[in-house]
Amino acid sequence: MNLLKKLTGKRRSVDDLIFDSVNVVLMLLLCVVMLYPMLNTLAVSFNEATDSVRGGIYLWPREFTTYNYAHVFGESQLLHAGMISVLRTVIGTGLSVFCTAMVAYTISRQYFVMRKFVTIAFVLTMYLNGGLIPTYLLMRELSLIGTFWIYIIPGLIGVFNLIVVRSFIEGLPETIFESARIDGAGEFTQFFRIALPLCLPVIATISLFVAVFQWNQWFDVFLYNSSRPELSTLQYELMKILQNSNASMTSRTAADAFASAQGQSQNVVTPTSIRAAMTIIVSVPIICVYPFLQKYFVKGLTLGGVKG
Amino acid sequence: MSIQQTPTPIEPKQLTPKQKPTGFMLFVQKCKEQKVLLLMSLPFLIWLFIFRYVPLYGWTMAFQDFRPARPILEQDWAGWKHFEFLFTDPRFFEVLRNTLAMSFINLVLGFVTAITLAILLNELRNLTFKRVVQTISYMPHFLSWVVAAGLVSYTLSLENGIINIILTNLGIVKEPILWLGIGEYFWGIIGASDVWKNVGWNSIIYLAAITMIDTEQYEAAEIDGASRFQRIWYITIPGMKTVIVILLIMNLGYILESGFEAQYLLMNPMNMDYAENLDIFVLRYGISMGNFSLATAAGIFKTVVSFIFLFSANSIAKRLGEARLF
Repeated sequence: MNLLKKLTGKRRSVDDLIFDSVNVVLMLLLCVVMLYPMLNTLAVSFNEATDSVRGGIYLWPREFTTYNYAHVFGESQLLHAGMISVLRTVIGTGLSVFCTAMVAYTISRQYFVMRKFVTIAFVLTMYLNGGLIPTYLLMRELSLIGTFWIYIIPGLIGVFNLIVVRSFIEGLPETIFESARIDGAGEFTQFFRIALPLCLPVIATISLFVAVFQWNQWFDVFLYNSSRPELSTLQYELMKILQNSNASMTSRTAADAFASAQGQSQNVVTPTSIRAAMTIIVSVPIICVYPFLQKYFVKGLTLGGVKG
Repeated sequence: MSIQQTPTPIEPKQLTPKQKPTGFMLFVQKCKEQKVLLLMSLPFLIWLFIFRYVPLYGWTMAFQDFRPARPILEQDWAGWKHFEFLFTDPRFFEVLRNTLAMSFINLVLGFVTAITLAILLNELRNLTFKRVVQTISYMPHFLSWVVAAGLVSYTLSLENGIINIILTNLGIVKEPILWLGIGEYFWGIIGASDVWKNVGWNSIIYLAAITMIDTEQYEAAEIDGASRFQRIWYITIPGMKTVIVILLIMNLGYILESGFEAQYLLMNPMNMDYAENLDIFVLRYGISMGNFSLATAAGIFKTVVSFIFLFSANSIAKRLGEARLF
């Protein structure tokens, strides 16, 4: 950072100028590539469905309408799926972050007898796992299949997050804990009153990781709960729409063509327009949140990466 | 009165059990003292055992003719039959080829693009611009693969896809290409999608490594008349070497982990011969066809090979005197 500031002040050769210009152009290009698909989808989602089939929509809707959204919000199945998505994100994140922080606290205590054992037991699972089928059978044995809790319990603690939080707590000055112990604080008090409040930056980081994971997850719905529509989530509903339109390969799907042939009435949706609206709906919450947590997760990631 | 050098009583709390081999009683005593800490971690150790270690027992299925209706202890043993079937099945080798190819492409592309992006970002002079580019580049990482796959398939679609529009307008191709319908393109599409989704995210760690480099080196190089490229080549890249090696080792451990979601979501009957990887193979045989034993055998193969790769990469790094994982 400092270096850049220093360099800016100095004389610049022609070579430097060319390098900088090319670099800036490349970075702008990168931004376009990153943003365009999303902006295009946004435009399609606000465009009249049958009109979208004609193509030629880039960054701005041609025939503006909010009907695609009205349709999505009007379907009780999708609304319900949205509620399940929110529930699993809120409950899953809350529980997971709390439990992760608690275990991280115990293995950050150098004097804890089981410290090594617990740490190794967790870290080993990063490299060893039973795989899909044994896990599936276990879930069946535990009767978790077909319940909401299968979204929460199997992924309760992530090892990477655990290590990130542990490293953070180990970085806190030990004297704070010592003086609290002298004042008679037990482990619970130390955890709730000292470790948790001081951990807020790293808690924010892993909350983001877990929340994004929970919100974006579709595979467990597909694997365990595909026969239970009342437990479906937004991502899974979107995935089903995507698979249907992939089945017939061109962009102009049969359903699209049918809808456009039917035609003139304004209140028509096509798989493409529904997909666009749903893509925006599931992405907007995340896109609105992550920039504000940027400095935390950058720190958290490097902390976990360096010490993990 | 002589002052005897009596050993000062050390608080038992500050010792780890290793240092005092006097054994079990001490351990029990400490457990009693630290019952609160135990209370805070033991429930999760039990959770870990059930959800992460019990499935390992399921590996026995690979050596049985597993029938789901029977209890797990009353299955018929089948020896290496399922592994033999796997290694004589031509489809399995196709799947293996796809897995390795996509993994390798993702690995190389992922490393090169993330390192390049980190270097270019570091060379930006305007800090606000740098921050904006970074924020935008992280965005796709937070989108789900469902969304990303939808965007990819729309971008590549025949009539409305921007890639085909650009290519036909520039006259590079005469007819729009059905990208996802041609198997040979699939690996490249997965590689490109993966880069699109993760390049910004992966560059974070390299950027952090660059900021650790001593700025005096750059100043000295500048006084000596080193050009920008020379500075990047002789200072920035060597400065990232440790991080690059560590990440390379970690990623080699995941060489059979070519990703699942992207392939599964972008797969269709036309590109399936190139899209099916080990994970999809396991899913198809295990869940869809109910052949649990064969699917588990394939899963074991994957874990074991990953382990071998991880340890070999680690020991090679050790021999070369590089940083290593363990």
